[in-house]
Amino acid sequence: MTNSATISVARNAFREAIRDRVLFSLVFFAVLMVGAAVLFSQMSFGISAQSLVNFSLAAITALGVIVAVFLGNQLVAKEIERRTLYTLLAHPVRRSQFLLGKFAGLAATVAVNCGLMGVTLLLALAYVLPGHWAAGEAAVIAALYLILLALAVLIAIALLFSCFASPVMAALFSLAVFIIGNFDQNLRRLGSTAHSWLGGHAAIVVADVLPNFGGFNVAAAAAHFQPIAWRLLGWDTLYAIVYAGVALVLATAVFAGRDLK
Amino acid sequence: MLAVECIELTKDYRAGFWRPRPVRALDHLSLAVEQGEIFGLLGHNGAGKTTTLKLLLRLIFPTSGEARILGQPAGMMARQIGYLPENPYFYDYLRCRELVEYYAELANVPARERRRQVAWALDRVGMAGAAETSLRKCSKGMVQRVGLAQAIVHQPAVLFLDEPMSGLDPLGRRQVRDLILELKSRGATVVFSTHILSDAEQLCDRVAILQKGRLAGQGRLETLLAAEEDKVELVFAQAGPPQRRVVARAELWGQLDQLRAQGAVIHAVTPLRRSLEEIFLSPGAPPASGGQSAAAAAPAAAPVEARRR
Ligand SMILES: Nc1ncnc2c1ncn2[C@@H]1O[C@H](COP(=O)(O)OP(=O)(O)OP(=O)(O)O)[C@@H](O)[C@H]1O
Ligand SMILES: [Mg+2]
Repeated sequence: MTNSATISVARNAFREAIRDRVLFSLVFFAVLMVGAAVLFSQMSFGISAQSLVNFSLAAITALGVIVAVFLGNQLVAKEIERRTLYTLLAHPVRRSQFLLGKFAGLAATVAVNCGLMGVTLLLALAYVLPGHWAAGEAAVIAALYLILLALAVLIAIALLFSCFASPVMAALFSLAVFIIGNFDQNLRRLGSTAHSWLGGHAAIVVADVLPNFGGFNVAAAAAHFQPIAWRLLGWDTLYAIVYAGVALVLATAVFAGRDLK
Repeated sequence: MLAVECIELTKDYRAGFWRPRPVRALDHLSLAVEQGEIFGLLGHNGAGKTTTLKLLLRLIFPTSGEARILGQPAGMMARQIGYLPENPYFYDYLRCRELVEYYAELANVPARERRRQVAWALDRVGMAGAAETSLRKCSKGMVQRVGLAQAIVHQPAVLFLDEPMSGLDPLGRRQVRDLILELKSRGATVVFSTHILSDAEQLCDRVAILQKGRLAGQGRLETLLAAEEDKVELVFAQAGPPQRRVVARAELWGQLDQLRAQGAVIHAVTPLRRSLEEIFLSPGAPPASGGQSAAAAAPAAAPVEARRR
C-alpha cells in the first residue's frame, strides 16, 4: 500500500471540483477585476493601486473561503450519504489515505483557483500602474501565498467537521471558525480586559484553540507594497502545517472506527 | 485455507439518538466458505445479509466475533476483494469508463493493463456500448452493471455481491448468472446475497439461510433440496375445482387406482423436490449438512400456501 491511493483520491477530488464548475468563480472574479480596474484607474495614482490590491485580495479570500467551506463540508459527508465510500474503501484504500487524498484534492483546486485569480490581479495591476511593473508585486504574491495557507487550514477544519456532521452543519461550523478566527486579536484583548474571570478566560481559550486567521492577513501591507518579512512567511507556513496536520489527525481518529451507515 | 470465515460474528446497531438502544442485527453468525465456491446468503428483508457483507468489508465493525478472508483478518486482503454494494450509487460526474478506471487504479491494476481490464469488465456486464455515457444519465440497471464491472475489474479472488440481480432485466440477470459462473471457472470465490430463491437455486454450491440475524441453516444445495425427493404431487379434479395431494412415492399407484375408481380426472403427477421456499418457511431447522442450526430463530408453522408451486 503506497501513497498512490492518496494520489488517486486527490486527483478524483480535483476532477470532481472542476466538473462541478468551481472555476466558474474565476469568470465572476475576472468580471469583477475588469470593473474594478476601470473604476480605480480613474483615481489618483497611489490610491488606485492600493484600492485595487485591497479590493481584490478581499475578493480572492472570500471566493476561496466559499469554495473551501462549501466543497470541504461535503468531502466526507457526501460520500457517506451517497454511499460512494463503500466501494472506495472495499479497495485497498485506508481511511486515512482517503481523508488525506480528499484534503489534497480540494487544496489543489483552491490553489489553482487562487493562482489564476492572482494572475488576473497582477495583470490588472499592470494596467492600473503602467510602467511600474515589479514595484510591489512581491508583496502581492506573498499575500496570495498567505491566503492560500489560511485556506488550507480552513479546508482541514471543514474536513474534520465533515467527518461527523451533516454537510450543512459542517459548513456552518467551519464558517464560524473562520469568522471567529479572524477576530483572534480582538478576542485576546477582550479576554484580558473582561470583567468576568470566566468570560475572560473563555475568550482566551477560544482564541488559543481556533486558528488565528487574522495572522495570515497582510492585505494592508501588501496594498502599500511594503515587503512582507520572510520571518512572517516562515512562521505562518509552520503554523498552517501544524494546524492542518492536527486537524487531519483528529479527522482520521474520528473516522477510523466509524460505522458507515 | 477458507476463502471466507465468520466466527461468532455479532453486530448491534445503536438506534435512537438520545438514548441509543442496541438493535441486534447479527447474532453469533458462523460461516465458512471454501475457495472457488459460489455461496448464497439467503434471507428475508432485514435478515442481516447486508450487515454480514459490510462486516466482512470492514465498512462496519463487529460488536463481537471475527471475520477472516483468505485466512487473514478482514480488511487485510482488500487487494483481493471485489464488492458490489446493494443499490450502488456512484460519482455521477464521471463517465462509466472513467469510474471503472478509477477503481482499477485504486485496486493497483498496473497502468499498462488498466485499459484492457476496464474494457473487459465493461464488456462482461454488457456496458461496452455505453462506456462513455455519463453516470448521471445511466438508468438503474446500467448503474448496477457498472457496479459489477467495478467489482470485477481487478479480477479479485473473492467477490462479495449484495443482491447483484436487483434492478436488472431478464437478459441482464442471465448475463450476471453467466458472469458469476465464468468467475467461478476462473477460480474466484463468489459470495452473494439474495432473497430470490431461483437465482440461488441456479447458481449456488452452498447457501446459508439467515433468519433475523441468526443462521437458520447452511449446507450444500443438493442436500437441502433432496430431502423430499421421494414425495410426489398429485393434481386431480373430482366434480369440482382441482385439488392437490402429496403422497409418498411408494403409495403412488395405490392412490392413482383409488382416484380412478372414484372417477377423478388426473391433471398432473409431479415428483416433489423440496424448494428453498419451503426451507425458508418450514418450522424448525432445515437439514443442514454443516450441522449448524438455530432452531430458535424459526418462525411459526409454515402456511399450506408455501407448498403450492
Ligand atoms: N444503520 C443501521 N442502523 C440501525 N439498524 C440497522 C442499520 N442497518 C441495518 N439495521 C438493522 O439490521 C437488520 C439487518 O439489516 P440488513 O440490512 O443486514 O438486512 P438485509 O438482510 O440486507 O435485508 P434486505 O434484504 O432488505 O437488504 C435490520 O433489522 C435492520 O433494521
Ligand atoms: Mg440488504
